[in-house]
Amino acid sequence: MSEALVATQVPEADASGTSGARQFWRRLRAQRAALVAAAVVALLVLVALAAPLLTAIEGQDPTTYHPSLVDSARGGVPIGSFGGISGDHWLGVEPQTGRDLFARLVYGARVSLGVALAATAVQVLLGVVVGVASALGNRWVDQLLSRIADIIVAMPLMIMALALLAVVPGSFPRPVLVALIIGFVAWGTIAKITRAATLTLKELDYVSAARLSGWGTWRIARRELLPGLAAPIITYAALMVPANITIEAALSFLGVGVKPPTPSWGQMLTSANVWYQAAPQYLLLPAGALFVTVLALTVLGDGIRTALDPRAASRLRVGTGRGQEAKS
Amino acid sequence: MSGFAGFAVRRTVAAVLTLLALSVIIYVVFYATPGNVAQITCGPRCSPEQVHQVAQQLRLDDPLYLRYWHFLEGIVVGQDYSTGTSVEHCSAPCLGQSYQSDQQVMQIILTKLPVSLSLVIGAMVLWLLLGVGTGILSAWRRGRLSERVLTGITLAGLSTPVFVIGLVLMIVVCGQLELLPFPEYVSFSDDPEQWAWGLLLPWLTLALGEAAYFARLTRASMLETLAEDHIRTFRAYGVGERSIVGRHALRGALAPIIALNANDFGSAVGGAVLIESLFGLPGIGQELVHAVNVVDLPVVVGMVLVIGFFVVLANAVADVLYALADRRVVLT
Repeated sequence: MSEALVATQVPEADASGTSGARQFWRRLRAQRAALVAAAVVALLVLVALAAPLLTAIEGQDPTTYHPSLVDSARGGVPIGSFGGISGDHWLGVEPQTGRDLFARLVYGARVSLGVALAATAVQVLLGVVVGVASALGNRWVDQLLSRIADIIVAMPLMIMALALLAVVPGSFPRPVLVALIIGFVAWGTIAKITRAATLTLKELDYVSAARLSGWGTWRIARRELLPGLAAPIITYAALMVPANITIEAALSFLGVGVKPPTPSWGQMLTSANVWYQAAPQYLLLPAGALFVTVLALTVLGDGIRTALDPRAASRLRVGTGRGQEAKS
Repeated sequence: MSGFAGFAVRRTVAAVLTLLALSVIIYVVFYATPGNVAQITCGPRCSPEQVHQVAQQLRLDDPLYLRYWHFLEGIVVGQDYSTGTSVEHCSAPCLGQSYQSDQQVMQIILTKLPVSLSLVIGAMVLWLLLGVGTGILSAWRRGRLSERVLTGITLAGLSTPVFVIGLVLMIVVCGQLELLPFPEYVSFSDDPEQWAWGLLLPWLTLALGEAAYFARLTRASMLETLAEDHIRTFRAYGVGERSIVGRHALRGALAPIIALNANDFGSAVGGAVLIESLFGLPGIGQELVHAVNVVDLPVVVGMVLVIGFFVVLANAVADVLYALADRRVVLT
């Protein structure tokens, strides 16, 4: 079943360098939704990178308490309308602590995107190494690695990540830890995709030619196979990023991921849970930020898939309508 | 039939081997870590005497493979262990004992399991109905406005983390509109009506995210089937569009959906953990989060194994169902 799904992601023998890249950009640009999503993602990355600058302009930081801005008589509700929005605090302040919400939100973007990207890098690295080794190794290596990948795929990500978080010493920097754990529990699918793609590529003439000219396995893998693997790997990695964002937010929401005082959107949602009536924006801001980020990354990932593999993606595209039947 | 029976046997053997491999990986990851395993297992508040006792129970002086064998033996035939003053029997499947609550792990899991199963199975019914229904509808209305709207809703559903859906639903449906009471768990045997009423929102929350995934899958699968030759033949014979979509295409499209539904069980379990924590339902997920927070290692390991067991089981069932469904497709 999954083998069949994997197989559709392998592009036809299209490993040409520059012209492939140009074609990719042309196809990506042709999709309006993907372009909008790319712009949103670019903006989010910019905000995350510029978080210290933005908060400096605002004149706030994400960790300073402002007890004078919350009404302790009413349990810590922010003073002022709309949760204490003012020229000093652009999005208001956190109930109880009075920490600046804008600062926590933009620093939260750093955590969210940083953890997701780092986790994706770990997943791609592990998955590609295992996948290529599995496809090029002998039968026993292949069997062993494939079965391990099967188990990794079968295990629920959330459960494994949660369980691993229990045994790692607390002194480890939390965001790095969360990224590593997400990376280590979710490389199975990318290993399977890489293995399937490598097996296909291995049989192609230019790889056989390299083998016949006496190249070593390592050199063939690096010079001949990796460029051809780029398309399926990028396609899958692009869709892993939003999934990783969700996982990080979920772990932090459960209180086991990124811990305070480091701000994270998932963690903000947990504490906002009880404040929705008194300070609705405290809940709506991280929820909205998560939604927009995951949506933009998903649409962009779909766009990248369509651009890299139009044949497989056409089935998922919106409104292909009757043309679909005629074509097939 | 012998071909199918052979396949079922092979698949069962593979499932058992997968479970064994899973137990090895989990054992090594959790009980062969550098650092004081006995201290970690016992928990942060254990006295040196207790730690010493735990070290003996885990047989930390033995080589790793013997320790694992002992662990496996406990699961298959049960084991006796001393609690210092008396000897207690832990019957198979024995997953050890929590040193923090002095309860057997299997006991803890068995009391929590009905809650989680109620949640996941109820939600599964809902998401299959919602997801497959939406998928069929949008494949049928392809190219029209209603399909675009459905695709948009599906994408939004896919992009919203399940705990955000839950939070928003709880605030709007229970808090603002007061349409439903805040979720709480009442045992089915106590009061079936209250059971369903209290779980309605958790079911809906878990189902919405999964339904979006299945709607997308059903739509893609339907469109693929609709493009096949035999459907074109039906069309050429003048079979109505409703019958083509509703009967012939659905039959071909359903097989991968059945398989993926069982395969997706794992991600649903992950979602259930979040939902139980959000709504305060006393299931496995909530207990797991608690055990992680207080570093109750035997409970964590036991739960991961039990959840792994269910996931491997679901995957095996998926493969067998898929083989069955595929045969029927070939036969028609």
